[in-house]
Amino acid sequence: MAEVLKAPLVLEFPFTRSLGPVQSAFLTGLRERVVLGVKTGDGRTLVPPVEYDPVTAEEIRDLVEVGATGTVTTWAWNHEPRRGQPLGTPFAWVLVRLDGADTALLHALDAPGPEAVHTGMRVRVRWAEERVGAITDIACFEPYEGDETRQLGDHTGEFESMVTGIVAPARLDYVYSPGRAQTDYIHALSEQRTVGERCPSCRKVYVPPRGACPTCGVATAEHVEVGPRGTVTTFCIVNIKAKNLDIEVPYVYAHIALDGADLALHGRIGGIPYDQVRMGLRVEAVWSEGGRYPDHYRPTGEPDADYDVYKELL
Amino acid sequence: MHGAAAMREIAVVAFAQTDHRRTTDELSEVEMLMPVLHGVLEQTGLKTADIDFTCSGSSDYLAGRAFSFTLALDGVGAWPPISESHVEMDGAWALYEAWTKLLTGDADTALVYSYGKSSPGSVRDVLTRQLDPYYVAPLWPDSVALAALQAQALIDAGDTDEPALAEVASRSRTDASANSHAQVRGSVPQGDYVVRPLRTGDCPPIGDGAAAVILAAGERARELCERPAWIRGIDHRIEAHGLGVRELTDSPSTRLAAEKAGAFERPVDTAELHAPFTAQEVVLRKALRLGDEVRVNPSGGALAANPVMAAGLIRIGEAAARIHRGESDRALAHATSGPCLQQNLVAVLEGDPR
Repeated sequence: MAEVLKAPLVLEFPFTRSLGPVQSAFLTGLRERVVLGVKTGDGRTLVPPVEYDPVTAEEIRDLVEVGATGTVTTWAWNHEPRRGQPLGTPFAWVLVRLDGADTALLHALDAPGPEAVHTGMRVRVRWAEERVGAITDIACFEPYEGDETRQLGDHTGEFESMVTGIVAPARLDYVYSPGRAQTDYIHALSEQRTVGERCPSCRKVYVPPRGACPTCGVATAEHVEVGPRGTVTTFCIVNIKAKNLDIEVPYVYAHIALDGADLALHGRIGGIPYDQVRMGLRVEAVWSEGGRYPDHYRPTGEPDADYDVYKELL
Repeated sequence: MHGAAAMREIAVVAFAQTDHRRTTDELSEVEMLMPVLHGVLEQTGLKTADIDFTCSGSSDYLAGRAFSFTLALDGVGAWPPISESHVEMDGAWALYEAWTKLLTGDADTALVYSYGKSSPGSVRDVLTRQLDPYYVAPLWPDSVALAALQAQALIDAGDTDEPALAEVASRSRTDASANSHAQVRGSVPQGDYVVRPLRTGDCPPIGDGAAAVILAAGERARELCERPAWIRGIDHRIEAHGLGVRELTDSPSTRLAAEKAGAFERPVDTAELHAPFTAQEVVLRKALRLGDEVRVNPSGGALAANPVMAAGLIRIGEAAARIHRGESDRALAHATSGPCLQQNLVAVLEGDPR
């Protein structure tokens, strides 16, 4: 078996999320260095505040200001911070019940070491220098030995220019492997050969192979070289130029049943005006120099295939 | 749901799982999955065409492979079209859906499978993407960190300590010695802190694997299996997503699911608990009122093999397999999902009297 292929794969996308009224007030408050909670019907104060009571599902909108100081309810020492986490140096994850709140908020605590952290310790918010209306406007918490009896503010959650949405970037890194069947297929392609796999049960040849026959649900393994010629089974004319694609429009994209294959693959048709491409047209792969897969398919000049020959492959 | 007078009898009649491994680069998801699908079909003598309903559980985020669950269907033989469904959850919840389908009488047999390939990505980070996107996910708290917060809360409450957690780890890996599918077995050092108070030994191995189960109703179950594992009750419950809202040292959702599944009506002899972290077994034992006489995780549990999205279904499969083999008469199986035991499913399985 050839060496299994692997390649880095990065999935990265910014999620743009709109906020409900409670979330909007809370995150705008953080921007203004005010921490807000929300009152439930039974008089508890939830921080961070949510739109609906987690117990009764009742809509809750009654915002109250709570302290920027609080008490650690549990903690965990993180000696190896990971990408995206609030601090780049070792820190404690903490759940903090802020003064005036009945529930706890998850965040990071900047402390010199695990010896300096314990449940019940007093902490306060360290505000980020630049604040935009996000949970990261709290840079982290820090140990706090000050006065516990400070009066709470009475902010009710109305601010100028409320934050109505957040953009949350997400990035995940993978090392992708396509598995055995597709690895074999890609290796053969780089030698300018198209190799499918035959189902041991129904005898169909799948190109490209995925390692399983979707009709029989069994593994395919027997390699079968197909092509290099094939038949256009169906096609479409592309009139919109794709971004970053150096191909003049209009062009034809087609399903091509390579000779010996029981499944059509798809590719671009070149070497013929777009309006002369037709079902049944006989084509062959064209490889660009050093290319690891066919650049496009062009007419062979053979007579067109009879419809009956390829109708099952449409 | 439990105790309805005219409820159909439904049983687990076959179970198969892969050997769970740190990496399976040479296999696509469907290539990894096919052997277990064939395994349960062979155990029952059924063919694809004999399966009335197929339901699977998986998450594309694990391997970063979009629509992998549709590609996985190639391994089922989904053409001509089959009656099929998928949940972006552990396979235990796919089993729950299949169970309800059989209850309706629309199907007599169901194939349930699930798989997880964690090796291509970083599962600790991938799992942060299931968290509250407004207040929590932007901080990227990884799965070990959240479990560590729960463990510290238990230690503070006096429910456990580090030596007790080490014993859970050691017992699990020792039991896994008898489980050829397990990824980590035998004597394994507790290791260093990953996120304190959790050490490497307190955390599940990261790996790839798959599992499949066949369910059958009534007489069909008796035809397909010498000693079917009858599902006497099954229920799942969820708690608030806010970690700071929940009591992390307890699992009221597990207890309620167990109650609804009838778990407390008579003692069980075996419990397969889906506790990926040692401290979570402490929470579950308390919530389920399991005494020392109950055999907990004879398979080694998720501490021995934790293919994400399949590890919960494997708990049901392992419990059922013990009934099939005559090693248990009444077993509890538990599956969990989300951080710190957020969502919990409990099934009670029984064998016919011997």
